[in-house]
Amino acid sequence: MSGDEALVLRDVRRSFGRTVALDGASCTVRRGTIHALLGENGAGKTTLMRIAYGLLAPDAGEVRVNGAPVNLGSSRDGIALGLGMVHQHFMLVPAMTVAENVALGGRGRFERDATATRIEALGRDSGLALDPRARVADLPVGAQQRLEIVKALAHEARVLILDEPTAVLAPAEGAELLRWLRRFADSGGTVVLITHKLRDALEFGDDLTVLRRGRTVLAGSRGEMTEAQVITALVGEAGLPSALRARTGALTPSAGEPVLHLEGVDYIDARGVTRLHEVTLEVRAGEVLGVIGVEGAGQYELLRILAGRLEPTRGRATRPTRVGFIPEDRLHDALIPELTLTENLALATAGSAHGTLAWEATRRSAAEIMRRFDVRAEGTETPARALSGGNQQKFVVGRERHLAGAALVAENPTRGLDLRASAKVLDEIAGADGDPPPAVVVYSSDIDEILAVATRVVACYNGSVREIPRAADPKDRTPYARALLGAH
Amino acid sequence: MDALLALWDGAFGSAFAFWSATLVRTTPLVLVGLAVALAFRAGVLNIGAEGQLIAGAIAATALAQWLDVMPTIITVPAMAFGGMLAGAAWAGIAAWLRRRFGVLEVISTLMLNFIALALLSWVVRGPLQEPTGIYPQSATIVANAQWPFLLEGQRLHLGFAFGLMLAAASWYWLARTASGFRVRVVGAGPRAAASAGGVDVARTTFGVFLVSGACAGLAGASEVGGVTWALYDGISPGYGYTAIAVALLARLDPRGVVVSAFFFGALEAGAAAMQRDAGVPAVIVQVFVALVILGVLAGTHLRDRARAWRLVTRREAA
Amino acid sequence: MEVLIIPFLEAAVRTATPLAFAALGELVAERSGVINLGLEGAIIAGCLGALVASGLGGPVIGFAGGIAAGVALTAVFAVFVINLRTDQIIAGTAVTMLGLGLTGAIYRALYGTGGAGLSTAMIAPIAIPGLSAIPLIGPALFRQTVPTYALYVLVPLLAWWLRGTHAGLALRATGENLEAAEAAGAAPRRIRWGALLVAGAMAGLCGSTLVLAQVGTFSEGMSAGRGFIAIAIVVLGRWSAFGTALAALVFGAAFALQYLFQALGWSLPYQLFIALPYVLTLALLALMRGRVSAPAGLGRA
Repeated sequence: MSGDEALVLRDVRRSFGRTVALDGASCTVRRGTIHALLGENGAGKTTLMRIAYGLLAPDAGEVRVNGAPVNLGSSRDGIALGLGMVHQHFMLVPAMTVAENVALGGRGRFERDATATRIEALGRDSGLALDPRARVADLPVGAQQRLEIVKALAHEARVLILDEPTAVLAPAEGAELLRWLRRFADSGGTVVLITHKLRDALEFGDDLTVLRRGRTVLAGSRGEMTEAQVITALVGEAGLPSALRARTGALTPSAGEPVLHLEGVDYIDARGVTRLHEVTLEVRAGEVLGVIGVEGAGQYELLRILAGRLEPTRGRATRPTRVGFIPEDRLHDALIPELTLTENLALATAGSAHGTLAWEATRRSAAEIMRRFDVRAEGTETPARALSGGNQQKFVVGRERHLAGAALVAENPTRGLDLRASAKVLDEIAGADGDPPPAVVVYSSDIDEILAVATRVVACYNGSVREIPRAADPKDRTPYARALLGAH
Repeated sequence: MDALLALWDGAFGSAFAFWSATLVRTTPLVLVGLAVALAFRAGVLNIGAEGQLIAGAIAATALAQWLDVMPTIITVPAMAFGGMLAGAAWAGIAAWLRRRFGVLEVISTLMLNFIALALLSWVVRGPLQEPTGIYPQSATIVANAQWPFLLEGQRLHLGFAFGLMLAAASWYWLARTASGFRVRVVGAGPRAAASAGGVDVARTTFGVFLVSGACAGLAGASEVGGVTWALYDGISPGYGYTAIAVALLARLDPRGVVVSAFFFGALEAGAAAMQRDAGVPAVIVQVFVALVILGVLAGTHLRDRARAWRLVTRREAA
Repeated sequence: MEVLIIPFLEAAVRTATPLAFAALGELVAERSGVINLGLEGAIIAGCLGALVASGLGGPVIGFAGGIAAGVALTAVFAVFVINLRTDQIIAGTAVTMLGLGLTGAIYRALYGTGGAGLSTAMIAPIAIPGLSAIPLIGPALFRQTVPTYALYVLVPLLAWWLRGTHAGLALRATGENLEAAEAAGAAPRRIRWGALLVAGAMAGLCGSTLVLAQVGTFSEGMSAGRGFIAIAIVVLGRWSAFGTALAALVFGAAFALQYLFQALGWSLPYQLFIALPYVLTLALLALMRGRVSAPAGLGRA
């Protein structure tokens, strides 16, 4: 291996308003390698690569492409330097055709036929076949991702940056993509693989960079580091807070009476796609049921049916009248940023309230929630947007527990929070007490979080839900990883 | 300077200017301003208040002619109620198109404004035309159907009282009641309203749309019953559009709507006098209204920027 | 019958011409994701600009003045919706009021409160030899003024530009999915500015055509809702250049029908025909559900 560096980022810093996304992140990508960029949600992986690609400007730090320092003003500059980025949420125009999407960003006349020929040729060379005349909206997800790559290749990209590319793919497709990336790297291309999947990184990465809280905490060649080192780098020396670890062993499964019960539940969405099939599930008081699943595996619908936000198409769901629900996107689905905390508390019962509202009583309850759940804000009349993400989430958790004592459903409750806030929020969810203690369901895209808090784990795969027996070795993650991929 | 003086005199210079010009012009603006404010509060971009006002005016005129032998105690409430119903029905078309077919209300209410204008143009030359059939306007409504004045010798009429009552009721509704709170949360955060609050967003916006139309329809009835006593093509000099400025300047608060409607009412009354006495065109007021809207928009933008900036600096100080 | 039909068709095309200009401009704006309710204001600005400028230097300067006035007013709108990211609907309504008010005030300041009476030289229709002799449609299509002929070139050109150039692609992508356009290297802000300047110029052209080719004078509010009609036309034309031109013709025909009916002595109320295109637009919008062809990002900041 020569010292041939395709992409170098050194000591990059970037803030968004009050949040520091990158605080001294570095990354050196060698040509002809797959470079895995690892980190938890919110560690700054995507921000760092958006800077490399020219979509964002760094506040400080150096970016070098092919050895030369560059100052990228827009993605056009990145594209011109041979960079291509496949975003986690595809940057495609659904109403336009494959050819039009590929041509987007060029200048002058758009030669429809020439573009189509080029796409077909690229398809033959790379094995990524696409119909240039198809409308993107009609393509399945796998084909859309192929299109993203073809788009980059059509612009002569030699460095491909892929952001969580396997998250949306079926396991077989994901594996195929990774094999394709390997071939691309072997033929002289360079790949940056942004992922939070440890397995993918360890298996396919030649080099690894681990980000934590906006900083590079580990970087080097795969061969020179152990799995344990990588894990430590990901979650930090202290690991998860001791309170959480202590709970895991202490809880006995099936602690109390059944609280949530699904019997043969099917759910078919508005587009006629079966999202859940024959799901039977029981959650008892005092249990913390962990749910894992890749995007689109059915957990979205499962959580909402358990929380009473969706009704099953077929089958029976037994729930308390009110189930506390903590949705993933708290600023759109749980809170209204412009409203005060008091109003956001009233929001939770807005659908069923009648007559006049008792604002004085609501204000007292809001103050009580703030005190009990350690929500740091100026007062109950502060708008929710003025709070930090952690305090917003603590308020949501507090509100839901205040209103629904018997059951609580949480979806990726630590998204976008730093580790300290994450630990507190998880503590409040999993450590919920009461008499009887509530039944708790937690979904997280981070298996470690689930293993830390859950007394029982189920995996969603392709619309079915299966319980995963605890392994003898608590550190063994293989059964969970296999369940995510649908393997038995 | 003369122009400004004339403007002031026209709005406040005499008891007559105040009670019979300023407040009379304030009246429709309060009602239509409420229509826009309530709709915008729920995130419904109803820019069809003009058409809903016209629908209300047509209905009120028809009722006044149909009930011409009835006493005031029956005719006036019938006109008010009929105007509200017609306004709500006109808005209801757009509300239904939005709910059933997902048609953007911005476009549909705009179309309905023009359809209402065509309808108005037809009825004053057809079914509601004055008996001689010469002028494109309705006959003057009978005395029983003319809305009572509030003060001896002044032109201020019952519609103003309706406006104040409706503003108070709207404020109470939004601030104190559960269904008013639903309107606010649906406007401020429809996804959270549905997800966290279990609010039926489509139903709430549909309801507000009708209420908004009813307010505008009442304005139409009030103009026919209290001011013009007849129906003709130019029954509304664009009240439905000025109402957007009224509502925005009031920050969509019903109490503020009264104040800002008064402000614009005084401006219009003054402008008429200014044109008469100082020869300065009254359309200047329209320019002013536009500048107020743009100023509020720019001000809101600057405030958001300032807020973001304060948050950043506070964090750096900490 | 021919005696009636030919003037009717001629009137339809003539009425459709300014509408088509405004609507094609609006089409460009909406394809970039901006709904321009300030259009009405830009048209009336174009009317006054054309009148003033043609008084100074004849019809060519008149058209230039109209275009400049339309662009200037639309630039105000652009600053608000693109740079300040304010609500498009509200800013548009305000700009329309600004245009209607300013033109009225300026006109009176320049020409006195009397208003009417000031007229300008108009451009005359030009009959294209041969083509204008085609029976029935010949005079309607080929005995018109220069702006109408300009449309015959502009419509196919715009259709080609939208589909056949990278700039057209980028414009459409900006209206559909702004982030995707940006990620692909397009500059959405610059594109929207460009689109709005084009929309302003076309609105100015609409106003100029009204004054210099059809009316010959200015009166307050003479745009008479054409800006809003143009928005309906774009919807009816399903956001395509040819569709928009055709929809403009539908509206033109509907307005021209009233004269035909009066001439025929039919008693159907002419307001029916004024209202019909709007009803048609609403019906189309409702029926289009599921096969939506409106730019997905329309109205979003």
